[in-house]
Amino acid sequence: MTKEPVAVTGIGQTRHAAARRDVSLPGLVREAARRALDDAGLDWPDVEAVVLGKAPDFFEGVMTPELCLADALGATGKPVLRVHTAGSVGGSTALVAASLVAARVHRTVLTVAYEKQSESNAMWALSLPVPFQPPLLAGAGGFFAPHVRAYIRRSGAPADTGALVAHKDRRNALLNPFAHLHEHDLTLEKVRSSPMLWDPIRYSETCPSSDGACAMVLTDRAGAARAPRPPAWLHGGAMRSEPTLFPGKYFVSPRAGRDCATDVYRQAGVTDPRHDIDVAELYVPFSWYEPMWLENLGFAEEGQGWRLTASGATALDGDLPVNPSGGVLSTNPIGASGMLRFAEAALQVRGLAGDHQVPGARRALGHAYGGGSQFFAMWLVGAEPPAT
Amino acid sequence: MTRPPADIAVVAFAQTPCRPRTGDVSEAEMLLPALRAVLDATGLRTGDLGFVCSGSSDYLAGRAFSFTLTLDAVGAWPPVPESHVEMDGAWALYEAWVRLLTGEADTALVHAHGMSSAGTVRDVLSRTLDPYTLAPLWPDAVALAALQAQALIDAGRTDEKDLAAVAHRNRTAAASNPHAQLRGPRPQGDYVVQPLRTGDCPPVGDGAAAVVLATGDTARRLCDHPAWIRGIDHRIEPHAPGLRDLTASPSTRLAAENAGAFDAPVDLAELHAPFTAQEVVLRTALDLGDDVTVNPSGGALAANPLMATGLIRIGEAAARIHRGEAHRALAHATSGPCLQHNLVAVLEGDRP
Repeated sequence: MTKEPVAVTGIGQTRHAAARRDVSLPGLVREAARRALDDAGLDWPDVEAVVLGKAPDFFEGVMTPELCLADALGATGKPVLRVHTAGSVGGSTALVAASLVAARVHRTVLTVAYEKQSESNAMWALSLPVPFQPPLLAGAGGFFAPHVRAYIRRSGAPADTGALVAHKDRRNALLNPFAHLHEHDLTLEKVRSSPMLWDPIRYSETCPSSDGACAMVLTDRAGAARAPRPPAWLHGGAMRSEPTLFPGKYFVSPRAGRDCATDVYRQAGVTDPRHDIDVAELYVPFSWYEPMWLENLGFAEEGQGWRLTASGATALDGDLPVNPSGGVLSTNPIGASGMLRFAEAALQVRGLAGDHQVPGARRALGHAYGGGSQFFAMWLVGAEPPAT
Repeated sequence: MTRPPADIAVVAFAQTPCRPRTGDVSEAEMLLPALRAVLDATGLRTGDLGFVCSGSSDYLAGRAFSFTLTLDAVGAWPPVPESHVEMDGAWALYEAWVRLLTGEADTALVHAHGMSSAGTVRDVLSRTLDPYTLAPLWPDAVALAALQAQALIDAGRTDEKDLAAVAHRNRTAAASNPHAQLRGPRPQGDYVVQPLRTGDCPPVGDGAAAVVLATGDTARRLCDHPAWIRGIDHRIEPHAPGLRDLTASPSTRLAAENAGAFDAPVDLAELHAPFTAQEVVLRTALDLGDDVTVNPSGGALAANPLMATGLIRIGEAAARIHRGEAHRALAHATSGPCLQHNLVAVLEGDRP
């Protein structure tokens, strides 16, 4: 029996900010969920199951939060799953929800991801305490900077590549009313002269800490036919994981990422990603990860990703816009960051991305990664239903 | 719709002995023997697996992203299609079951582990509660279970003598379970939180479990007597204990109906009831009479490695079908205070 086609008919996100002191955790997830239901023209009773995702429970100090959020998500009497796959979790959560529809277990599923980082300090929450690791690294940037340096050495990329990415993404965010950072006076020179945090990653090339949530309504063919606005259709989705550390680990371009993309492209019939995909939302928490992921995902040959960035191809008016939403560099509620990428891809092919709409986008890639560049989740969505 | 159109079975199950303290091993080291056992039993290698899914909790491990280390035990190289729930492994099994239903994979490895002994588990579990209204009061897991037990006693549904009998029966059964932590009856002891005595509460222990699922002919090839999942469903209730009738478990009832539990009689039930009074609630919700063998493993009262206890219930039920000791079994898993979230699976062997 073939899988049921999966459609995205509702998308909602909160206003993102460094601290959303105006809402509780239930208020935060409900704000996103309500908007997704409104977009889909549905109400709480129409939802058959809820799939919730977020990064570590320690970030808010609430263990197994699906228990206390069940009421706010209208889940009483329904199944609730709580996914946690590190930074990729927003993507994985959407894929688990999609599989419930694809398997015909449920017809309409609400998926929600969130983080309220103001409840703790993610910088130190991401710095594992002794005895789990030596006290050498501070924050995720401390972990990833050496891999960026390895990329620069191997590819010979010019030193200002990262600044180009950061400037582009933060400019894109000015077009996205939901983005956390709206830096109207940011210039390339200001990025280049911002303080160095983890060489070569500067302050303006680093993601913020955000409070926020994202939600989507996923449904079957019949649900899509009833939807008031155009759906996005799932053409391919996959997850891949590899261990954190082992001899031979290639942090610059992890095999799990390549394998995951290959699987998605196979499902979606993509043979030349650069040509076949109109827009990509990639999980770029530190600017240099744009060229690194462009190579990992097959948009550029190994060592050549920076040329794509430097040429302007990844700008909003380029031939492969990357992160038209402003990306993780502009908005980063960690547990929701992956789902925001997936949601932006869906918004683009629905033609509902507003001022950051890529004209004529028909196929879009949403990408998320997490842990020590070891967890990957991706989906490819299209404006047309998949050929089955 | 929760009845599977495809045939999916538990084809292997293994668990580690549940121990009161495991300071001598990491989580990955604790998990490895269980993973090795199910892969050896099926002759599968990690690279053959269509999907891997696990359940665990950072709060038990005392560190964020603790689940990432278990990939070392899985041997996830080349990379594997993999996911993780921050829940009991029974829900990881549910996610894997859904994945197999899509047809994207024909085998799946499910694993779970819990090191409950690393912290003060009563206090740790209080962090599962609403952070605005409940958690600041630090009601611990035993105190909430005691409220439930007292409500049952007040309703005339049980008394302390009945509860002692539940404890005695479970731990007597555990005498023949080499993986149990409390193998044999224990004195009921003093009150921990009235009306619950030491004997009404689970031991604190560490352990891990693993299951292999497979579809159709693959299942028949990997296992002589597959335990077919005839149905599986889970449902959640409101969070605040004051919003619920603690003497009933409507979510268990609904999950069981959706899983087809009442379509035919079961001969065995493995219930995830860490506290004696919860077994009373579950027996009623599931219409389990005296003709059904309940918790021949000793259940959670004999071994309670948090985040693995629910998966072990499914595994224990499946293992009895594998061995021909049961034909149709019900397995139950729970999460949250006073049975807030419940999962029911119905497993069946082929007719002889």
